[in-house]
Amino acid sequence: MPSQPGKPSQVEGSIAIAHAIAACRPEVICAYPITPQTHIVEALARMARLEQLGNCQYVNVESEFAALSVCIGASASGSRAYTATSSQGLLFMAEAVYNTSGMRLPVVMTIGNRAIGGPINIWNDQSDSMALRDAGWIQLHAENNQEAADLHIQAFRLAEQVNLPVMVCVDGFLLTHAFEQITLTDQEKTDAFLPPFEPIQALNIEEPMSIGAMVGPEAFMEVRYLNASQFDESLEPIQSISEEFAALFGRSSGGLFEHYHSEAAQTVVIALGSVNGTIKDVVDNLRDEGASIGSIKISAYRPFPAAQLREALSQAERVIVVEKSFFSGIGGPLFNDVVRSLENSGIAHYSVIGGLGGRAILKKSLIEIFRNGMEESLEPLSFIDLDQKVITRELLRQRAGSHGK
Amino acid sequence: MNLFEVRIHGRGGQGVLSAAEMLSVAVFLEGNFAQAIPNFGSERMGAPVRAYCRFSDREIRSREPVIEPNALIIQDATLINQAETFAGISDDAWVLINSSRDLEELGIERYIRNISPARICVVDATGLARKHIGKPIPNAGLLGGFAAITGLLKFESVEQAIMQKFSGPVGKGNVKAALEAYSQLVASAEHASA
Repeated sequence: MPSQPGKPSQVEGSIAIAHAIAACRPEVICAYPITPQTHIVEALARMARLEQLGNCQYVNVESEFAALSVCIGASASGSRAYTATSSQGLLFMAEAVYNTSGMRLPVVMTIGNRAIGGPINIWNDQSDSMALRDAGWIQLHAENNQEAADLHIQAFRLAEQVNLPVMVCVDGFLLTHAFEQITLTDQEKTDAFLPPFEPIQALNIEEPMSIGAMVGPEAFMEVRYLNASQFDESLEPIQSISEEFAALFGRSSGGLFEHYHSEAAQTVVIALGSVNGTIKDVVDNLRDEGASIGSIKISAYRPFPAAQLREALSQAERVIVVEKSFFSGIGGPLFNDVVRSLENSGIAHYSVIGGLGGRAILKKSLIEIFRNGMEESLEPLSFIDLDQKVITRELLRQRAGSHGK
Repeated sequence: MNLFEVRIHGRGGQGVLSAAEMLSVAVFLEGNFAQAIPNFGSERMGAPVRAYCRFSDREIRSREPVIEPNALIIQDATLINQAETFAGISDDAWVLINSSRDLEELGIERYIRNISPARICVVDATGLARKHIGKPIPNAGLLGGFAAITGLLKFESVEQAIMQKFSGPVGKGNVKAALEAYSQLVASAEHASA
């Protein structure tokens, strides 16, 4: 595949992401392959093998837990470190995920979003990054593969500026395995945008010290307080770095969130990731019929831009939150974040769950749901193309006591 | 160029995903937007696989699967008796089938009654692949055939897309297979309209 940095190419999303990572001049890459992240780390391993990554060390390990642990060590020693994972891989990393943010290490990780088990499922939804949404990592979400590549460049700059790790969330298969027109990362511009990593502190065998050592009851609450308040302060740099990127590269990647005909719309759809493309097409269809509808794509999901979103929705009468994860007890996490930011605003809100485990989200289904929402006939919680017959049958079977017999 | 949507059906190991990729590259080379997305199962040799490719002169934003294709490419004729293969096709859709048998032998009219026979084409892309690359991988021949019947792509674009995917003798063999399929179907289209 001929690569032409700075010019549009027709390439797979994973390959464009790997090019973006390479242009960021990582010093340590450590990852364990898992579907659908595999093509990204395979491409980077190939580049490392062909000595196209400068002095970068590509470290092979036995698990995701080890992969992020190696990145923690590398980052604590002052190296720019990168990893990528999906689904069960992220869950297996969980302990190290919290350690990375607790130690304020600017590791960047791609999540090729995939459902989590059981039952096992390799297809796309966003349950994996959602399961670790409160682990103290910044989370950025891509609508398309241009954004996916570009957000990684911003992620390193952001991580190293605020001393926090960043996850870039990219829908598995729908983006990671999609071929589309992407401008591959330009090295010169990336170098101008992303200076070499200068750690505020680094492990050094000449002057030994510990990072992440024991903190007792006398100070642990203060550590947590500082973690959380400084985490929230990263909203401003997310926005300013995004604007700086757009000015230099001539492409925007969302900032905190992006309006699509939503500033003056009565009905606003809110979503994360690649489904925003499908939603925009549906918004166009409904607006052609005269409907007052728009959409907002949340690009920065953590920290959640609650105050900014509330202000952006000041004209809205209702919001419809479409999301690809659903948890026992809480339901849709994005919906909960949106509702919290709209407290006492009087704006009606609807939760719509779809796309779980790779179930396709069709335009015709979205049109029906949005029409129902605009007519106030939508349930507070609804599911896109849920097969109610299967559920009724299974419930009857369970009630009859025949389950598993 | 209006939105044009293609669904490719085949089996694991037949290069279905590569077909969608190469088709998208050929469209891109002609200056249009293209999106190729696989519809993965758990990958196994021989299992039914499908891939989608849509193209347009405008940026493509939707990520839904292709449910109402303008063209079907069927890489394995054993899939014609599966209902989902022909799901959603419109009356003026193109259907390109890889088979060494002709339409009558395939009994295709049982599955698609509405489509004009002139829009249903068969090419022995597996035979051409065996002849030119020594392997039964029919995707390149079918892309040549797609360019011939739809007239949407220049053969040169298909050739360039194939050579980007496969270098050296494999690439050249695939181009030969594609060219032979292209020539056969251009000739039969001319014969039909004469």
